[in-house]
Amino acid sequence: MSLLITGGLVVDPAQGLEEIRDVLIEDGKISGLEPPGTIPPAGRQVFDAQGLALVPGLIDMHVHLREPGEEYKETIESGTAAAARGGFTGVACMPNTKPVNDNASVTRFILDQAAKFGRARVWPVGAISQGSSGARLSEYGELKAAGCVAVSDDGQPVMNALLMRRALEYAKTFDLLVISHAEDLNLRGEGVMHEGRVSVRLGLAGMPAAAEEIMIYRDIRLARLTGARLHIAHVSTAGAVAIIREAKMSEIGITAEATPHHFALTENAVEGYDTNAKVNPPLRSEWDRQAVIEGLADGTIDAIACDHAPHSVLEKDVEFADAAFGLIGLETSLGLSLRLVHDGVLSLGQLIAKMSTHPAKILRLPGGRLTPGARADVTIIDLDREWTVDVSQFASKSRNCPFQGWNLKGKAVVTIVGGEITK
Amino acid sequence: MELRRKDLLGIADLSAEEIQVILETASSLKEISSRTIKKVPTLRGRTVVTLFYEPSTRTRLSFEIAAKRLSADTVNLTVSASSATKGEILADTAHNLEAMQPDLLVIRHQASGAPHFLAKKLKCGVINAGDGLHEHPTQALLDMLTVQEAKGRLAGLKIAIIGDIAHSRVARSNIHGFTKMGAEVVVAGPATMLPPYLDTLGARVVHSLDEAVKDVDVIMMLRLQLERMGQMYLSTLREYAVQFGLALRHLELAKEDAIIMHPGPLNRGVEISPEVADGPRSVILEQVTNGVAVRMAVLLLLIGGEKG
Repeated sequence: MSLLITGGLVVDPAQGLEEIRDVLIEDGKISGLEPPGTIPPAGRQVFDAQGLALVPGLIDMHVHLREPGEEYKETIESGTAAAARGGFTGVACMPNTKPVNDNASVTRFILDQAAKFGRARVWPVGAISQGSSGARLSEYGELKAAGCVAVSDDGQPVMNALLMRRALEYAKTFDLLVISHAEDLNLRGEGVMHEGRVSVRLGLAGMPAAAEEIMIYRDIRLARLTGARLHIAHVSTAGAVAIIREAKMSEIGITAEATPHHFALTENAVEGYDTNAKVNPPLRSEWDRQAVIEGLADGTIDAIACDHAPHSVLEKDVEFADAAFGLIGLETSLGLSLRLVHDGVLSLGQLIAKMSTHPAKILRLPGGRLTPGARADVTIIDLDREWTVDVSQFASKSRNCPFQGWNLKGKAVVTIVGGEITK
Repeated sequence: MELRRKDLLGIADLSAEEIQVILETASSLKEISSRTIKKVPTLRGRTVVTLFYEPSTRTRLSFEIAAKRLSADTVNLTVSASSATKGEILADTAHNLEAMQPDLLVIRHQASGAPHFLAKKLKCGVINAGDGLHEHPTQALLDMLTVQEAKGRLAGLKIAIIGDIAHSRVARSNIHGFTKMGAEVVVAGPATMLPPYLDTLGARVVHSLDEAVKDVDVIMMLRLQLERMGQMYLSTLREYAVQFGLALRHLELAKEDAIIMHPGPLNRGVEISPEVADGPRSVILEQVTNGVAVRMAVLLLLIGGEKG
């Protein structure tokens, strides 16, 4: 099967490339990246990408697919369909399923389902501790052999510092990345939104920024102690960005991600007690939002990952305090992230690095690059397409999205996985 | 021949020459244990007291048999039946024992440094039979003797030590001993069980069993201390056995004539498969035989035989 994509602006940060090129895909691989017009179209399927950007397939390294166990919210099929719609060729899925992905059989189930029904590649993240209950390490050797690319207890922090130390050491033994969901549960208490101006006015219990910052600092020190690789999930506070910035001056092996909702929204979104704005870590102050943007601009934050967290009306259409934390994000992530390019915070190349090159590098995945011989995971983006977010049309099974009605500019128009068009 | 020292507290204090003297003496004493009358009168009339605060099969029996074969009188204090249960502290126990004029005190204790503590206080010689996580010098000596017998030398050999290094006094003593005698030591285990700065002791650290046993002359497996399971060092026993348990296939990665060692007791099927433990390359039982000879040598060299 031979596909020739002509006239697109090829943006591949891994090669330092940003040029109009014709791209030839054969047998699921990039077989040519040539100056326009030099590859003969004879006998090939041709796609005209003039005016469009062609980038290495976007990878979201923080997604909840909810299968096994909560298929009413999302399945591997619907979640990857949402991913493909959003321009993603692959996602890393978190282990807080039911049962928790803390053993090889759950990992294999996820991969089997993905092979049968997935519309994007799926890389499972295994649990740090058995049941993610923070008491005993899971079998990292087994998880890695079964296909996990990292370990995390995401959804939960690892409260016991000794266990986190052991997890980092043990993960190092198997060259696995540890992804930290950093918050101190005791400090966070009963909090349901950011502790700040809005929480005091709405009378909602707050989650102080310090609860996140303290754990980030702790985990960074433990990473230094153990020499292990650590990735900080969903960074949301100015203090957190500062801690990571400083750590990166002397540490190797520390990486971080931020979600689009943390650079697009603030605590003000909770006005009216909108549970679509209830998320953990919470939407913070404008000061924090600007710091996250600054962190993206100066490289402190390596990746954008949307923390796609589907919930049904059962979990969301209730009083604010009782609602589940989480927002979906796969179908709005690119549109929101392109605003950073339109606003001059990031160049297009820098954005693609955060949404493809770096996630691939951090998780040690093949992908995130368009070098000849690489697998043909490609996203084609219409940078100028203006569109309005209509959550009712989403491929995701869930609708918990705070961006309904937003006008965004830029959308993935074609998603190609292994040479096959999935969107 | 004698060692010019009162005590044997650790391999770290010994010079390569002293180690050589002990190994040679042990070699020459070994044949006594294969006679019908397994006794020589060398230490007749001497008193050796064993004081074991931790359980032991091999070490304790081995010291007792060694002392008896040299005709010394041995007395064991069963700590659980002693006044230690009434709260009598270690120093008092030792002083009281010393008041009965023993020639040597052999002590195993859960506190690293307990033998050093006693050696400073007592006039009689103190032999460390294992202190906490620190050292087990006679184990390392018998291990070196076993390797020397199998390979004809120690210098230039490659030794792999695998397992819970962090909590192993056997590992520490062996790292000291083998490196002093010119061998190369590589250690492996899950990173949760490898203490930091191991390389400062002279060992090379790797994280997989396969890597550790490549081209080695000696593979030494350490017991997985199952009592540690609750302290977050491990995921499951099954995973430990899969990742760090010595199986037949690993022997193909080592040298063709590599020998397999283990200080005992074994957790069969955990750190070592039964096929390997009982197989032709295993010298585990030779280690035990050599333990008697080495302890005879240590007793002899510290007491010095009939003086005058």
